[in-house]
Amino acid sequence: MSREQLAVQRARKSFQTGNTKPLEYRIHQLNSLLRFITERRRDIADAVKRDLGKSEHGTELFETLGLEGEIKLAVEKLAEWAAPRPVERNLLTISDEVYVQPEPLGVVLIIGAWNYPWAVTLQPLVGAIAAGNAAVIKPSEVSSHSAKAMEDLLPQYLDKDLYPVVTGGVAETQELLKQRFDHIFYTGSNTVGKLVMEAAARHLTPVTLELGGKSPCYIDKNCDITVACRRVTWGKFVNCGQTCIAPDYILCEPSIQSRVVEEIKKNIKEFYTDNPKTFEDYGRIVNQRHFKRVMSLMEGSTVAVGGDSDESQCYIAPTVLKDVTGESKVMKEEIFGPLLPIITVSGVEEAIQFINEREKPLVIYVFSHNKKLIKRVIAETSSGALLANDCLVHFTVSALPFGGVGNSGMGCYHGRHSFDQLSHLRSCLIKQLKMEGVNSMRYPPHTAKKLGWARFLLLKQVNVCRLRRMALLAMLAGLAAFVVQRFLR
Amino acid sequence: MSGKVKACYACQRNGRTRLGEPCLKTYPLECVDLLRRARVAFQAGRTLKENFRLAQLEAVVRMLEEHECDFVDALGRDLHKPRFETVMSELLLVKNEALYAISNLKKWMQPQHVERNLSTTLDQCLVVNEPLGVVFIVGTWSSPVQMCLVPLVGAIAAGNCAIINPSECTYHTSELLHHLIPLYLDNECFHVILAGVSDLPEVVELKFDHVFFTGNREEGNRIAQAAARTLTPVTLILGGKNPCYVDCQCDIATTAQRLAWARFHNAGQSLVAPDYILCHADVKARLVQALKCCLMQFYGPDPRESRSFGRMVNLEIFNRTRDMLWRSGKVAMGGQVIEAEKYIAPTILTDVAESDPIMQQDVFGPVLPVLTVNNEDEAIAFINKQEKPLCVYAYSNNSKVISRLMSETSSGSFCSNDSILQSLMVALPFGGVGASGTGSYHGRYSFDTFSHRKSCLLRGTRFECVTYLRYPPYEDRNLSLMTWASTLSQKSQGWCQIL
Repeated sequence: MSREQLAVQRARKSFQTGNTKPLEYRIHQLNSLLRFITERRRDIADAVKRDLGKSEHGTELFETLGLEGEIKLAVEKLAEWAAPRPVERNLLTISDEVYVQPEPLGVVLIIGAWNYPWAVTLQPLVGAIAAGNAAVIKPSEVSSHSAKAMEDLLPQYLDKDLYPVVTGGVAETQELLKQRFDHIFYTGSNTVGKLVMEAAARHLTPVTLELGGKSPCYIDKNCDITVACRRVTWGKFVNCGQTCIAPDYILCEPSIQSRVVEEIKKNIKEFYTDNPKTFEDYGRIVNQRHFKRVMSLMEGSTVAVGGDSDESQCYIAPTVLKDVTGESKVMKEEIFGPLLPIITVSGVEEAIQFINEREKPLVIYVFSHNKKLIKRVIAETSSGALLANDCLVHFTVSALPFGGVGNSGMGCYHGRHSFDQLSHLRSCLIKQLKMEGVNSMRYPPHTAKKLGWARFLLLKQVNVCRLRRMALLAMLAGLAAFVVQRFLR
Repeated sequence: MSGKVKACYACQRNGRTRLGEPCLKTYPLECVDLLRRARVAFQAGRTLKENFRLAQLEAVVRMLEEHECDFVDALGRDLHKPRFETVMSELLLVKNEALYAISNLKKWMQPQHVERNLSTTLDQCLVVNEPLGVVFIVGTWSSPVQMCLVPLVGAIAAGNCAIINPSECTYHTSELLHHLIPLYLDNECFHVILAGVSDLPEVVELKFDHVFFTGNREEGNRIAQAAARTLTPVTLILGGKNPCYVDCQCDIATTAQRLAWARFHNAGQSLVAPDYILCHADVKARLVQALKCCLMQFYGPDPRESRSFGRMVNLEIFNRTRDMLWRSGKVAMGGQVIEAEKYIAPTILTDVAESDPIMQQDVFGPVLPVLTVNNEDEAIAFINKQEKPLCVYAYSNNSKVISRLMSETSSGSFCSNDSILQSLMVALPFGGVGASGTGSYHGRYSFDTFSHRKSCLLRGTRFECVTYLRYPPYEDRNLSLMTWASTLSQKSQGWCQIL
């Protein structure tokens, strides 16, 4: 039996003992996870520095801060999320208990990505633990130091059997995908996403796919261009452009193009100094393969800012490309690097058309003072999310479901949505063996009279609250009549 | 694409369909054209307005009311379904869903504002419901009208265009839907196709925005794989063996009545009927006796004469059920079969072993196996050994027993002291888990299944003085400020959004 098969089998056996059912157990594991993040802050930052060249502050800001928030939210709200959810009753079930009960699914597979190796792999784990599942964690082999750190350290805090970490490359992942899971949570590229979904389909396993896409950013001429460019620069060059929700390309009118380029140039200098290469808070491309890929995307476009690179360090300077068209090489795939192309459009109409000609992205960004324009973009385009006048921050609002649509993925998570996504919401109807008289109309032999009753009882949508209100009103009316009769003669 | 041949494979052999009608089978090539038309209509924004959706939903209600007799007739010819069952479980159910959608549509279409936090207090955080695009709905033959039209109601309410494929097994009903829908619903947005089961994966690969499939597990598997190749989200409502535990402490007469109704309506051809019974040996004799009385009461001494009892949908299902019946256990009641009429009498089997054929596949016929267990622990262990079913049922006066059955098993849904009702309620999500499917529908859940919930965060460009904290160069001072603010806002709102 392979290592992967064993891990899954042990996780399933462990799950079947029912240990994860009590909420106290889940909270205990979540608190252990929290301890892991706080106690091993240094190790995590170290690993990320070696994988992506990210500074310690950067790691804390983007990886662990969010994770801590999610864990604390889950611990606080778990009792509320896991409680039975009553639903409205109809006439036939007026005396019964009707509710939806969240239940664990079983064994969940979480396949992480390399760009935020801790956040993207452990945030779904928070949901999995909260929902009472066992989880097999497969960190990305591309961020190898983080994967190793996870493999070595996590078992010291979480239950080894219920939450095993399985590392490895393509072969190991394929072996894992042959096993049967109750849900697969995948973050990564579109191509691999399809393969994951196909493998899952063989076992009829549901999936959550957080994929990528080209997230457009429309900058209206009627907006505070200084602030807009500052936020776009920040959103784009964080983690060296290797963020699934980074603004991929800019759409703006030709009249403001040069101003936009100037502002971005100014901000790059302000954030990353004149020489980003030596600056601690500017990262690196994760490996040679991606470095070459991103460099080749620059072909055929004019470099307005930056453009220099150093292969030995996988360093690419923050770069802005101008006079780019829809046919340029850089527009053919998701950039996932520090190249920011600017495409000119005649206005929001053309921008919407441009966006709609392409696959649905993870997020659409709009910068404008004009609320009507923003509402128009919301209504006439489709994407995982829409953010007006800022970049990336919707990721941090736990109440907002985070996920894609169409080519950018399916399913969503964060906060309560993680819990719901990794639970089975089971409908429960608890009846008694009494009041059989009411039921008799449904039994054969069927008569027209029975059918009439059935029509009446089933079709009238009775609001129980309204019934109570009506009964109360009737009582009050009766009381009033009594009072009138008795005292006001 | 197999677009050249005019008739399907079965019709080629016989010249025409079994009943002599012309072959109406749709081909993947024709589907390409219909899909294109639906997409164009969707992109033109036709389905987005509330008025359009309300008008279409009202048209569905009118269609069912004005053609009630046609539906009763069609289902009578396909399944020998009694008028009562057609009206109750097919037409009324769809009407109910449509009316529920009509009265709630405005509310469902409203964007939902969500909890904000420290830094987004001045912003708008909302979730907007948008339609997915063009969806593909595949129905099954056991409840041909309901299985196509209830998801269609959800798809319309959510603002999508749809292509519906009713089952080829219930020929008359599919024909009727194919004829009626263009008379009531928008002709560009909604289409009915009659693709054969083997062509479905090819149709799915034409690329829809969501596929809603009801049927058996093997077909579901093929659909899921075809959908995976095009990254299409799916909802699968698949069959399974729904166990039913009957406790020692229960009112046998009432239990038997409810069980008999649930198992034998539509001649046992139901996804949600109790598939097999688990009970204690002491209870078994009384239960079987009570069931016999009920069956006599429902269908008379000869169910063949009863107008309330159905027939098998086709010879394939008939043969399959008959074989299972003959090779499993002992017939305690019923067991008569008449091939010419596709009639199988309501049958109860006892002395059924776990290895018998009837326990190896889903029962789609009026056969109810009764197995004995020593206590509820054994029943729970037995249930958990099988794949997760669509429903688990338990009959008992003891609420502790009910509680145990519910919490120690897993299934799409659970109902105690009755059967099927939980799948008819508009307020409860109906769907499977594990091998019985993924996703759910009914009422608001249908609307959500066919919608994309888009998160929108609308900020202003002011207060840059606060936002500056997040920009590089990262300084210790900034980080500690943000961490402090984050603990402030963590009280019940997730984490700091000064980012």
